[in-house]
Amino acid sequence: MSTTDRDEMSGAETTGHEWDGIKELNLPAPRWWLIVFLLTVIWGVGYMVVYPAWPTLSGEGNRGGTPGTAGWSSYSELSDSQQEIMTRRAAYLADFREASYDDILADPGLFEFARAGGGAAFKDNCATCHGTGGAGAPGYPNLNDDAWIWGGTHADIEASIAYGIRSAHGETRVSQMPAFGDLLSAEEISAVTGHVLSLGGGDSSTPLGAQIFSEQCALCHGEAGHGNRDLGAPNLADAIWLYGGTAGEISTQIRSPRHGQMPAWSGRLDADTIRQLTIFVHSLGGGEGAEDSGGSAR
Amino acid sequence: MADSIALAGAPANDVATPPRTETTVYNDEIVKKFTIATMVWGIAGFAVGLLLALQMAFPALNFHEMFSFGRIRPLHTSAVIFAFGGNALFATSFFIVQRTTGARLWNDGLCTFIFWGYQAFILMAGLGYLFGVTQGKEYAEPEWYADLWLTIVWVAYLIVFLMTLARRKEPHIYVANWFFLAFIITVAVLHLCNNLAVPINLASWKSYPVWGGVQSAMIQWWYGHNAVGFFLTAGFLGIMYYFVPKRANRPIYSYRLSILHFWSLIFIYIWAGPHHLHYTALPDWAQTLGMTFSIMLWMPSWGGMINGIMTLSGAWHKLREDPVLRFMIISLAFYGMSTFEGPLMSIKSVNALSHYTDWTIGHVHSGALGWVAFISFGAVYHLVPVLWKRDGLYSNRLVDLHLWIATTGIVVYIAAMWVSGILQGWMWRSYDSLGFLQYSFVESVVAMHPMYLIRAFGGLLFVVGALIMAYNLWRTIQGKTAPTAATPNTYRTQGAAA
Repeated sequence: MSTTDRDEMSGAETTGHEWDGIKELNLPAPRWWLIVFLLTVIWGVGYMVVYPAWPTLSGEGNRGGTPGTAGWSSYSELSDSQQEIMTRRAAYLADFREASYDDILADPGLFEFARAGGGAAFKDNCATCHGTGGAGAPGYPNLNDDAWIWGGTHADIEASIAYGIRSAHGETRVSQMPAFGDLLSAEEISAVTGHVLSLGGGDSSTPLGAQIFSEQCALCHGEAGHGNRDLGAPNLADAIWLYGGTAGEISTQIRSPRHGQMPAWSGRLDADTIRQLTIFVHSLGGGEGAEDSGGSAR
Repeated sequence: MADSIALAGAPANDVATPPRTETTVYNDEIVKKFTIATMVWGIAGFAVGLLLALQMAFPALNFHEMFSFGRIRPLHTSAVIFAFGGNALFATSFFIVQRTTGARLWNDGLCTFIFWGYQAFILMAGLGYLFGVTQGKEYAEPEWYADLWLTIVWVAYLIVFLMTLARRKEPHIYVANWFFLAFIITVAVLHLCNNLAVPINLASWKSYPVWGGVQSAMIQWWYGHNAVGFFLTAGFLGIMYYFVPKRANRPIYSYRLSILHFWSLIFIYIWAGPHHLHYTALPDWAQTLGMTFSIMLWMPSWGGMINGIMTLSGAWHKLREDPVLRFMIISLAFYGMSTFEGPLMSIKSVNALSHYTDWTIGHVHSGALGWVAFISFGAVYHLVPVLWKRDGLYSNRLVDLHLWIATTGIVVYIAAMWVSGILQGWMWRSYDSLGFLQYSFVESVVAMHPMYLIRAFGGLLFVVGALIMAYNLWRTIQGKTAPTAATPNTYRTQGAAA
């Protein structure tokens, strides 16, 4: 840089070097750039004083680091926010634990609390199969209607949730329908399908179908096909079908029945959450009072 | 007329170049190869990205295991970062190091090996993903055999670059080459440390990393963050430092700023990785390190933007005349935006909201599409007429069309991801007054659907823009000029009339 080279347009001095026609001005870095850079460095150093920042050779302190003057840690931040959530719940939780289902129904505050907790738990745990609105899907019962395979009172629902259906739990609800494809001929299955279809109305029944139904099916499903909740035998006369209601779908289910499974939630969810879920599911539309227990659709 | 507004710097084959370059014949054949590879891999990588965006909106598009989201996601990221971005870096660094040293690339044979060796690495990695071969480390998915092969290619690259620099005819090393050298050396170190692994046996593709637990996570994100810092930032700043002053025909704004921001950038960037692991098993003190260094990184990052944009001072009118320069300046604007957004997102309380959401995806794409791809497009538009010795591009109008379609695509993309990410973040953390979560995860997925459609539309625009570019370049190489009876083609990349 013995001779000063200047850029014609700006009049600024260049560094005197040139690469493939490219020169560089020898201007200082913008002052604001330096100031902001310095401020971020000062802020960074300050943060390192206040918060955990330096590894300790001994491995002591906040997970092996200096604790910082504020005494903050990510664990303490987590437990603080959890504490805040628990404080909100605590306003109701003691009363909720004491109250029976009938008490909760009678207390609007507790009922709202239970439905909120149940709704949150439902969407995280149950919606995968039953849908976010509880409307179900083929093979997964609709929880909004009046049809209950295992019963629709609070006690029935709580038992279904806690112990599951065909789950690994010792008290699980279990039912199994034989595969009639091994026991009946094709004509017989066709005839009994016609009879099943006629239970909800219609004239597809034949003497053969009615006879087979009476011999093979009525023991669990009842002569009129209204089902039996103690055995988990669905109502066949209510036009609500778990695996579809066409003649083809029904005969498939008679020939080789599918049996869904629901896990037992006790052990996975705490007792409060299971009770909240019970109230939530009961309130979706089909919940039954104790006097309805064992009865057919209202 | 054309002369007076030609954007001539000092072209490579200019009769008036100083005597020292007279005897130097540059190896431009290798640059041509890398330029073509850049465009081919770029379009492939963008197209896979579009398919992924559509799979997010319509999961039924996961039509075959080989093309399921989990396998083609690394295919997309590797294709755009390492295949598109990598080839763009090879092309430009080999072009620039020759021009700014006055020396031919050292050893033609080794250069050819680097080209084919690197393409072989891309194929090894990409085919592996489709068959489910992966280390499961983000941006470091290739298994041990591909990693070893890349190491050989990368060392050859370092040797060629150093030997060419050593034979320079200029006393000083130009700033673009500082950035390229920092990129090559640091990527070598990162690659080796993060990929230390022991194969089950030499006949198996499967290996186990030597690192475990939180140390493994820390090394992975030290690697991952500096892949952004040194591959996608330092390397592409090298591109910027040559093509912006060249295209604008103006000197670099501040030599002193380039020194300050170079050293501060490479010193600070290397510590910022832990911000990828906020609120995890990583000790709090290490999270503080990542966060504070990310904040301090803000100005060093912006130094490159300031130097690039201020280089135009006194020549702003060129933006009106030259769509290729517009690409470069818009890329600097996106660079500035995403290097502000990055430190912001590294702040713990912001990160608590943004982490694991689409906001991160939007942030990455404002950097990747807006900065990395746009500065590469600008460089390739400049390179093709020079390399194939054409007077100019086939059509500057098509460059302009590409610019606006792609810019619209990026803005649509990142806006959709901001909305989607912030919405996700709030839905996941919303508790009602009774102390229960208000939304389930699946409800947030449902809520994302419109944003995923908009994002896919933005991606589609970006792909269409790249196809327009490929057509324009192809016609340029053929030696064609678009019929411009009404408006004569006044943009020249070089002093064509000289």
